[in-house]
Amino acid sequence: MSTLIDILASAGLWAAILRIATPLIFGTLGALLSERAGVLNLGIEGVMTFGAMIGWLAVYNGVDLWTGILVAACAGALFGALHALLTVTLGLSQHVCGLGVTLFASSFSYYVFRLAVPVAGTPPTIIPFQPLEIPVLSSLPFLGQAVFTQTAPTYLAIAIALVMAYVLFRTPVGLAVRMAGENPHAAEAQGVNPMKVRYGAVIVGSALMAVGGAFLTLSAFNSFFPTMVQGRGWICIALVVFSSWRPGRALFGALLFAFFDAFQLRLQTVVEGVPYQIFLMTPYILSIAALAIMARRARVPQALMQPYRRGER
Amino acid sequence: MRFERREQRSLLLLVGAPFAAIVVALALSGILIAIAGAPVLEAYRRILIGAFGSRLSATETLTRATPLMLTGLAAAVAFRARLWNIGAEGQFYLGALAVAAFGSQLLAGLPGPILIPVLLVIGALAGMVLILIPLWLRLRFSVDEVVTSLLMNFIAVLIVSMLVDGILKDPLAFGWPQSQSVADHAMLPKLVSRSRLHIGLAIAVVLAFIIAFVQSRTVFGLQSRAAGLNPQGAVFAGVPLSRTLFKVACLSGGLAGLAGAIEVMGVRGYVTTDLSPGFGYSGIVVAMLANLNPVGVIFAALFTAIMFVGADGMSRSLGIPTYIADVTVALSLLTMVVALFFTQYRVRR
Repeated sequence: MSTLIDILASAGLWAAILRIATPLIFGTLGALLSERAGVLNLGIEGVMTFGAMIGWLAVYNGVDLWTGILVAACAGALFGALHALLTVTLGLSQHVCGLGVTLFASSFSYYVFRLAVPVAGTPPTIIPFQPLEIPVLSSLPFLGQAVFTQTAPTYLAIAIALVMAYVLFRTPVGLAVRMAGENPHAAEAQGVNPMKVRYGAVIVGSALMAVGGAFLTLSAFNSFFPTMVQGRGWICIALVVFSSWRPGRALFGALLFAFFDAFQLRLQTVVEGVPYQIFLMTPYILSIAALAIMARRARVPQALMQPYRRGER
Repeated sequence: MRFERREQRSLLLLVGAPFAAIVVALALSGILIAIAGAPVLEAYRRILIGAFGSRLSATETLTRATPLMLTGLAAAVAFRARLWNIGAEGQFYLGALAVAAFGSQLLAGLPGPILIPVLLVIGALAGMVLILIPLWLRLRFSVDEVVTSLLMNFIAVLIVSMLVDGILKDPLAFGWPQSQSVADHAMLPKLVSRSRLHIGLAIAVVLAFIIAFVQSRTVFGLQSRAAGLNPQGAVFAGVPLSRTLFKVACLSGGLAGLAGAIEVMGVRGYVTTDLSPGFGYSGIVVAMLANLNPVGVIFAALFTAIMFVGADGMSRSLGIPTYIADVTVALSLLTMVVALFFTQYRVRR
């Protein structure tokens, strides 16, 4: 019992939560935006992988870290455009196309990585983002260590969640996005082109997903290796349901999830006799449990996964 | 520009579209090969040689195609009923694990002709168990099964990792996390001597034809198609939706579990966490390339196996990363869905 309290009282745990949550926040927000406009983007896992790879590769080749993030975002946007072309313009199955984009984006990432970086004994590294020193706040006792020792992209993720909550529910653009996801025919009648709105949401959403991936290689770690995304994209899709398609709750869900993940990592080192694989399973089991608890109550965007064809009902 | 549904579809279009899709995918991958600085046609020639150039490579390609046919069928039967079973990878591993557990110790006393079919059934049952969780969550809590069946893959591989490093660990494997081997008489007979090709291929091909028959000629086949085309309509027409989905899930999970069982009993003999190079995920592509047609799955699996086995040889001689095979296969999935779209719609200005 006292070890549990020790774990909870350590600043390291709370710092780790924000670090673990950051890629999930980016990914969940990206998926959420896209789904709010009516498009499920299962390309997320592959887009995150590609963002992680291309962002790292750009920095490895000499650009600065923020340009690396930007490169990842642009690459993500391109994959978003591909997914939108297939699912919005052609109206193909969002499940199948998303899986196709994931398979393509992840294998393409590995291909490019292998071409650019020859096989080496130790993977090459870059100098990642360093914790941001915030005057006063970072030197607070405990709180400074626990909360204000993050790298800049973490603060960016939190800011984007707040901005997205504002834009979705308080601006005409957000209204257009929600209309495209709830009732594209009504949107059309109001003079909003649901196709364009969906394109925009999928492209911006994919860019966010790729930035989430890039966080892994540019801040959390300092190198890229295949399969490093480890199902985080799928967890984001689960978190979107958990959040009931609300950015604020998505932020909360990602933090809650990261809390359990950081907690089990520390528990692994103190609990003996339990295979470590049991601990590694918990994030996936938690995601499934979250889906089971929330799926009934969640208000799904009404036109999610329904292709919109002008003049067709 | 807009799209208009075709009133009638010409035979040329229906037959030509899949081939056009493959050609476009190969052309796009060709660009990537050219960027890597290798001669494109030469690369494809070497892929073909790598896949069929010798007796050994041809049997290897067929050996690789076997699990792909089964996971491809697993995806095809599920997708036809709009049951998005993306968990074939995990079901494959559980099937393999069950066979390793029962075939090495518990049932190893049985004679071969009884043991082999019993183990195949056990493998299939293990696969079924894993898909029933996402199915139950969908029917009980209306949770989309895509994400749950995907997440089960990660859990399944961790279960394998735990057991092959725990109670199933082979003490003679020099500390490697590897399961004990199944008994020698539990291994599937070879189809071609002095090769790895085993009768699993025949099982997969026969199953494909049986499933084709079931889907086109039985009540269950009709019900599963109806459940996919229009669930509400199917219910009004008297289709027991939950029961149909349950049967489809058992069939799909069973096929994926069988794939794992056959891979262990035909090729490896034991289980590790790298038993599958993504057979479950490639099965999704195989099913889509075949447009969910069970007999088409045989050919789609062959194409995929040719790419994977051939790319190994090509990679060694030309220095192109083997990942080009994964890229080509994923691209052909995307070009295929587009090609199938244009068999149904035409462009109108």
